[in-house]
Amino acid sequence: MHRDLAEGPQSTPSIFAPASTPAHEIYGLSLFVLLITGSIFVLVAGLLTYAIIKYKSRPSDEQHEPAQVYGSVQVELAWTVIPVLIVVVLFLTTARIIFAVQDAPKPKTALDVTVIGHQFWWEFRYPKLGIVTANELHIPLSTDQRPEPTYLRLLSADVDHSFWVPQLAGKTDLIPNHPNDLWMDPRAPGLYVGQCAQFCGVEHAKMLLRVYVDTPQQFAAWVNDQRKPAMEDEKVAAGRQIFESEACQNCHSINGTTAKGTFAPDLTHLMTRATIASGAATNTPDNLRAWIKDPATFKPGALMPAMRLSDQQLDQLVAYLSTLH
Amino acid sequence: MADQTLPIPVPLSGEGHAASGTWLEWLHSWVVTVDHKKLGILYIVYAIFFLLVGGAEAMLMRIQLAFPHNHFVSPEVYDELFTMHGTTMVFLVGMPILFGFANYLVPLMIGARDMAFPRLNAFSFWLTAFGGLLLYFSIVGGFGLYGVGSAPDVGWFAYAPLTARAFTPGHNTDYWALALIVSGFGTLGTAINIIATTLCLRCKGMTLMRMPLFVWLLLVVSVLTLVTITPLTAAQVMLLIDRYLGGHFFDAQAGGSPLVWIHFFWIFGHPEVYVLVLPAFAIANEVIPVFARKAIFGYPAMVAASVGIGFVSLTVWAHHMFTVGMTSVGNTFFVLSTMIVGIPTGIKIFNWLATLWGGRISFATPMLFALAFLFQFLIAGLTGIMLSVAPWNWQLHNSYFVIAHFHYVLVGAIVFCIFSAIYYWYPKATGRMLSETLGKWHFWLFLIGFHITFDTMHFVGIFGMPRSIYTYEPDRGWNTLNLIISLGGFVQAIAVLVFAWNLIYSYARGKEAGNDPWDAWTLEWATPSPPPAYNFAIDPVVRSRRPLWDLKHPQDPDWKYER
Amino acid sequence: MSTVPLFTDESWNLPSRGRVGMLSLIVGECGIFTIFVVAYIYYMGRNAYGPTPRILEVPIFNTICLLSSSLTIWLAERAIEHGAMRRFAAWWALTIALGAIFLGETAKEWYTLIFHEHLTVRTNLFGTTFYSLVGLHATHVIIGLLGLSLIMIFTLLGHVNHSHAERVKVFALYWHFVDAVWVVVFTVVYIVGR
Repeated sequence: MHRDLAEGPQSTPSIFAPASTPAHEIYGLSLFVLLITGSIFVLVAGLLTYAIIKYKSRPSDEQHEPAQVYGSVQVELAWTVIPVLIVVVLFLTTARIIFAVQDAPKPKTALDVTVIGHQFWWEFRYPKLGIVTANELHIPLSTDQRPEPTYLRLLSADVDHSFWVPQLAGKTDLIPNHPNDLWMDPRAPGLYVGQCAQFCGVEHAKMLLRVYVDTPQQFAAWVNDQRKPAMEDEKVAAGRQIFESEACQNCHSINGTTAKGTFAPDLTHLMTRATIASGAATNTPDNLRAWIKDPATFKPGALMPAMRLSDQQLDQLVAYLSTLH
Repeated sequence: MADQTLPIPVPLSGEGHAASGTWLEWLHSWVVTVDHKKLGILYIVYAIFFLLVGGAEAMLMRIQLAFPHNHFVSPEVYDELFTMHGTTMVFLVGMPILFGFANYLVPLMIGARDMAFPRLNAFSFWLTAFGGLLLYFSIVGGFGLYGVGSAPDVGWFAYAPLTARAFTPGHNTDYWALALIVSGFGTLGTAINIIATTLCLRCKGMTLMRMPLFVWLLLVVSVLTLVTITPLTAAQVMLLIDRYLGGHFFDAQAGGSPLVWIHFFWIFGHPEVYVLVLPAFAIANEVIPVFARKAIFGYPAMVAASVGIGFVSLTVWAHHMFTVGMTSVGNTFFVLSTMIVGIPTGIKIFNWLATLWGGRISFATPMLFALAFLFQFLIAGLTGIMLSVAPWNWQLHNSYFVIAHFHYVLVGAIVFCIFSAIYYWYPKATGRMLSETLGKWHFWLFLIGFHITFDTMHFVGIFGMPRSIYTYEPDRGWNTLNLIISLGGFVQAIAVLVFAWNLIYSYARGKEAGNDPWDAWTLEWATPSPPPAYNFAIDPVVRSRRPLWDLKHPQDPDWKYER
Repeated sequence: MSTVPLFTDESWNLPSRGRVGMLSLIVGECGIFTIFVVAYIYYMGRNAYGPTPRILEVPIFNTICLLSSSLTIWLAERAIEHGAMRRFAAWWALTIALGAIFLGETAKEWYTLIFHEHLTVRTNLFGTTFYSLVGLHATHVIIGLLGLSLIMIFTLLGHVNHSHAERVKVFALYWHFVDAVWVVVFTVVYIVGR
């Protein structure tokens, strides 16, 4: 079933490069549907073209009208039956895949992740592992020998969003008051990209998604890392003090500090993430500094306000954040 | 042809082009008119104006998306652009222009002197017009005129709870809802009028099964409109109750459900697609037979298919919602109901094919557009089948593939048919032919531009690009495709400008049309061009679906053969 | 001038445009009511806090008034068909009175709910759905009453006679619809929903 299922992650998140079972089931179905619809197109468009060329008006027959044909019950019945048959075939095939993907039994080894959509970032909670992170989802590789699919519970904190990583699964919406589920069992390690697929406000375009599929060792190491408390380093105490005394902590939280905000990403292990601003910029000290100074640099319309810190405060804060491995 | 035997009324003295007087009197005559033909023209002119506005909005979006990380417009403006583009094209272009044709043609085609309720007709038009102005007034009325104004920015689908006060303060969403409620009542009035006209004002002998297919389809559309627009009105009233009275319909905190909005919106939104596309079929049903010189093949089947599409379209709305997390059984149901629409649609395409078969096809501009419509509608139907396959829809939904699909329907089918209709009936309404040379330039440019843009759009969707984004990452492999899409947009824009010039140029310089330039068969061609206010001096009497064919071929009339 | 073969079928009867128009309007109205009724039913029992439908009292008197107004307007229709204008005016006036009583009773109900039970549109989901559905219907009663009163005034001024029977009957269709919808609203709100 999973024969050469994936060439692995690609920078173009094509739906025709599936890397997990749901995406692959859909891919197979889509090829079948393409074959049928393609044949219909070739046939009907061919007939149309033929008729248009064959029966085009020629100067020689300007004089009289062609024979008037009003209809034919037999012919019309025949071409009613054919679409009916095609619909039956397509419907049965589709129904099979719907149930196969949507009602697949959840194995005991499955990893649970709760995804909470926010304007304009993703919150990931691993209830059994006690991990909270943002924007970059880490999930384990799933193999036939060691199946470990990930089951996502999709919630929203504000408006509608949609979780879409084309190579891993079809999209599913995050709707307030309507929890949804989505599963995937990635077959090749690496970074899969996607983004929010339901218009959710000004910065919908920069609500990007990164899913890291880790080998078992990588995943274990990552989990281990994330469960540690935040780094404490006396050298950057000034920065930490700014974080705790300014508005930062109203929205963000960092384990082991007074910052317990929940409106914005958890920063306990900020430096383990490759990007900031839900993928809008790479996570470098310069970008971090520019972002804190004025988030509109990367994401005009982001809900984080410009912090109005002095240059010195900015330096100290960035120095502190840079220690949060 | 035996033109002199047509029952053409001589215009009564004092009628016709003798409309002398100052331009103020001229303006007054248009503002107070209750003549269905003048109102029809008003609708069409109004719609063409907004077509240019909506098209300009599309162009701005395409400039923004031509390059990744482009800074041509801000995200806020981009959101306003796509919201206004969608809302404009559906509510201020699509429906008004189709109702404009209905207004102009239905009474003429059924041998009536006006619509059933002429004053309601005028009232409906002015409501619709006011709705459009209200929507655009939001640009200055929402927050006031600073920056770029404040048009609605929640998408034409306006999914709750993004429309709640908490997420969209200000008045722009209110303008969106109010404008559509107002124009919705106008639409409702017109729909009632068309139903009453077709059922109650047919001339002698015009039984239901002798009505031109155009009239049949507009009857179906009008009935569909009654049960389609009203749910949207109801949902928008709920939205306003939430926004103004602090209600909780879509407020998740109080137990309300944003999902309910999605259902209500698509209960309107899907039949709305058929409200728009059935009139396009109606146009094709008139144009294709005339230029293939054959009667429409399988008239009863065409009627049945249209009524069938109308009914089935009421049960398919949730195929816009395969990703909201319905149960597998729910998904399966909507897959089936959606695919069933393919059957009557297939019948229509085959019947058009059979109408062409054995005909004597000439390629005047109206026919070119109608033939292109056939191919494009075929593709739109097939991509529609792809989207109805729920699992595949989980991938394609809200991607550019969907944008490509519905633009294939809305532009490839509907706009092409609208152009066809304008080339076909312009001579009737103005007395002058549109220039064929400019028409062919318009057709080929538009055709090429259309395919460059919308064929490419399918691929960028397959490569994972979602809709409603104001910019995209440069490393996703979407750059070249987006540039191509934008370039195609400009080719279409040039084509539309050629068309606009043709409308103006031919009004003054076009060839005299005569009463029946296309040698056609329906009753409107038995009147002078343009028809007098009373349409028919003597109430016509018909015996078949093609009364003018019977007149032109007295030895071989249709009524001998029709089933 | 016409050279079309003469059409011999003499029985060329088409429906009245007023009737068709009014029925179309009613179909459209049904669309609006359906959405509000569906919303009411869907949100039943999903109320997060505050008063629930248990505080409602079944408006029996109200309902009897409105439903009997359908009967009185029908009697008025019969009267005008026979040209009995005095009888018409009497039944028509009674219809207006019954409609007005219905509205008055609704106003009393709302007064109690707002000032004694402290239920408003913004209180909770029940308040939102209740006032919008019942209010939507009451709006239609008001529109109906305005129309009825207009015809009443014309009647009293002597402008209405036997020849207007068809128009009066077309308007009466609307009033029948308003009554019929109440049966649905009543069932949903006061019987099923309580």
